[in-house]
Amino acid sequence: MNEYKIPELGDYATIPDLDPGSMSHSHPFPAAPEHQTALGFPGELVEDWHDQAIGKLGELLEKSRGLRVFLDSCVHCGACTDKCHYFQGTGDPKNMPVARQDLLRKVYRRHFTPWGKFPLTRWLVGAEDLTEAVLDDWYSYFHQCSQCRRCSVYCPYGIDTAEISMAAREIMDHIGKGQKYCNEIIGKVHKIGNNLGLPGPALANTLEGLEEDILEETGVAVRLPLDEKGADILLVTPSADFFAEPHVDGLIGYAKVFHQAGASWTISTHASEAANFAMFIGSYEQMREIALRIRKAALDLGVKRIVFGECGHAWRVAYSFLNTLAGPFDFLDRNYPIPQHICEYTHDLIEQGKLKLDRSKNDHMTLTFHDSCNVARATRMGDMPGGQFEIPRAIIRACCNNFVDMAPDTIREGTYCCGGGGGLLTDDLMELRVKGAKPRMEALTTVIKESGVTHMAAICAICKSQFSKVMPKYGIGMDRIVSLHQLVGNAIVLDRAGDGSSGE
Amino acid sequence: MLTATYAILFYLATALLLAGLLVKVVQYARTPAPLKIPTMPAPLTRRGVGLRILREIVLFESLFKSNKWIWLFGWVFHAALLLALMRHLRYFLHPVWDWVVLVQPFGMYAGFAMLGGLAALWGRRIAVQRIRYISTPSDHLMLVLLIGIAASGLGLRYVARTDIVALKQFILGLIRFDWQPMPADPALMLHLGLVILLMIVFPFSKLLHAPGLLFSPTRNQTDDARERRHLAPWAARLEAGGE
Repeated sequence: MNEYKIPELGDYATIPDLDPGSMSHSHPFPAAPEHQTALGFPGELVEDWHDQAIGKLGELLEKSRGLRVFLDSCVHCGACTDKCHYFQGTGDPKNMPVARQDLLRKVYRRHFTPWGKFPLTRWLVGAEDLTEAVLDDWYSYFHQCSQCRRCSVYCPYGIDTAEISMAAREIMDHIGKGQKYCNEIIGKVHKIGNNLGLPGPALANTLEGLEEDILEETGVAVRLPLDEKGADILLVTPSADFFAEPHVDGLIGYAKVFHQAGASWTISTHASEAANFAMFIGSYEQMREIALRIRKAALDLGVKRIVFGECGHAWRVAYSFLNTLAGPFDFLDRNYPIPQHICEYTHDLIEQGKLKLDRSKNDHMTLTFHDSCNVARATRMGDMPGGQFEIPRAIIRACCNNFVDMAPDTIREGTYCCGGGGGLLTDDLMELRVKGAKPRMEALTTVIKESGVTHMAAICAICKSQFSKVMPKYGIGMDRIVSLHQLVGNAIVLDRAGDGSSGE
Repeated sequence: MLTATYAILFYLATALLLAGLLVKVVQYARTPAPLKIPTMPAPLTRRGVGLRILREIVLFESLFKSNKWIWLFGWVFHAALLLALMRHLRYFLHPVWDWVVLVQPFGMYAGFAMLGGLAALWGRRIAVQRIRYISTPSDHLMLVLLIGIAASGLGLRYVARTDIVALKQFILGLIRFDWQPMPADPALMLHLGLVILLMIVFPFSKLLHAPGLLFSPTRNQTDDARERRHLAPWAARLEAGGE
């Protein structure tokens, strides 16, 4: 592992000086041949990789209007140049969104525009051949984009670097230059049903253990059902919720909410994963296959509703893509959103007065809320635009007496990525993850100092894992990140004892 | 000879501009958007999307959120360009429409605003390290071209006034395919030459940001993924096991 300096926290609005090449050494471990071939990609770099890459780019241009428009439209105005957390944390100019896009755009211009094709005008428009050095740059810098879409908010044409990095990764996968972390995990989902490779019996054990823990703590028999046919609700949640801290406290929170609502619900072993890492590698086909597992689980179990747990990119795939990838869901109950977010579910119950919440149970904390990038900029909750910002905050306010927002341009649609999204949550990219967390750490440190914030709540498994790992590097305890439903779990009054009998 | 050269160049440039834009617009329209990717929060209705795009076109809403200086210079340049173009309609119309007459006094000053905006944008491109880094030679040349058009246009009005009546005859002659002599004025030749160059370059350059904005899925999609199933034709074939 490289020695690297942990950035000094300052005012989050400062823009670093350019430090060319400072992150060119950063790249993820390459996928092993067996991880590649399991997904139908070549095991290693193919011999005619150049031509195949250009061919694949041409194919993607035919398939995606966004990619085509985004590659044509950029005017190099510079509006996005200071918007990426990886640029802010590293100063590497190739981490400016436009420069990252240009790594692909220059090859696009070379092969798909008249000025780039014609040798005498090539230099004018910055068109370049896809050389080995450019391919190395692709591998390095398209794995320094967490596809958080912050730049797309500020681009006058809505150019979304996430789409471009997804396309680049898709091209690299198809010439045999895949990334280990994502591709290995996708293989596990296909084989076992979740990212962690947690098999059915182990999952059953874990859930039983959690039921015992809750009983011991509260004296109430709250169930975490697995594969129960005929349940009303299928809960699809990131597998990190089954064991990681603080994720598991969120899962306990969902279970308590379901219990108190008297809902019939179940988890599925077949779809024991909300995450869909195929989005990160830009593969529609892989993303669809993973999404179809959820459809199958819903059909097999005969559920009426699907509810997703706290996971950012999973909610993007669920909210924005699931209907496309695995729909139509006409076999589900149309009276409820398909699919529904656990926050929408809990918020509805709060609105209807069906949950009794004791805010004082969270009085030992002062909370702030981290809007996860995918939830904020790629999805919605509730009926109104911006519900994805209001609903989680409304839940926190209903469960906690002390809540403070971070600086306005670091939350809501302007929120910063945690630094570990987009398939970068891997130890081989630790330096990038630490540096990319800088803007969020600056905003968080400010509210810690100025408003006495003690904890930050999040609704994304990747955010939670990332923060518990990188916060200590900035002198903040790893236990300062909490699940939103952990707060609900703390505050909820369980007075609906056992099955059937309801409280007051 | 001069008249014929410019006449032919104008026809050629117009044809290239229209055909080039048509090809790109058809290409954009025909390429499917496989997934719903509006940048959220996004409007829930088509009407809302129309307003969002209108705000982007008229107010440069996203750019305003991003960077006030680029917004100011860019907006001033584009607004001034629009006024100048509207003012120029008087050379293409006979009789001149009333609103074009109304625009005339504003259009005169717009030339200066346009020049100012462009100069400021170019200044940023050279002075701001980040923007200098991302600039290609064509980015600079495009600004030079536009500055040349604005400056030569102002020159025609304020420095060496050209024979505007003869110019209008020449342009109307082009439109009516009844060529009239073009005034042999070097400044005018420069101004028109640069405009012709811009028309030719437009559909093959970053100036495609104009139609691009209308087709940008992050801006032109409605937020209704849960209510309406969105499926690209190639994805439907994939689903049917066709591909």
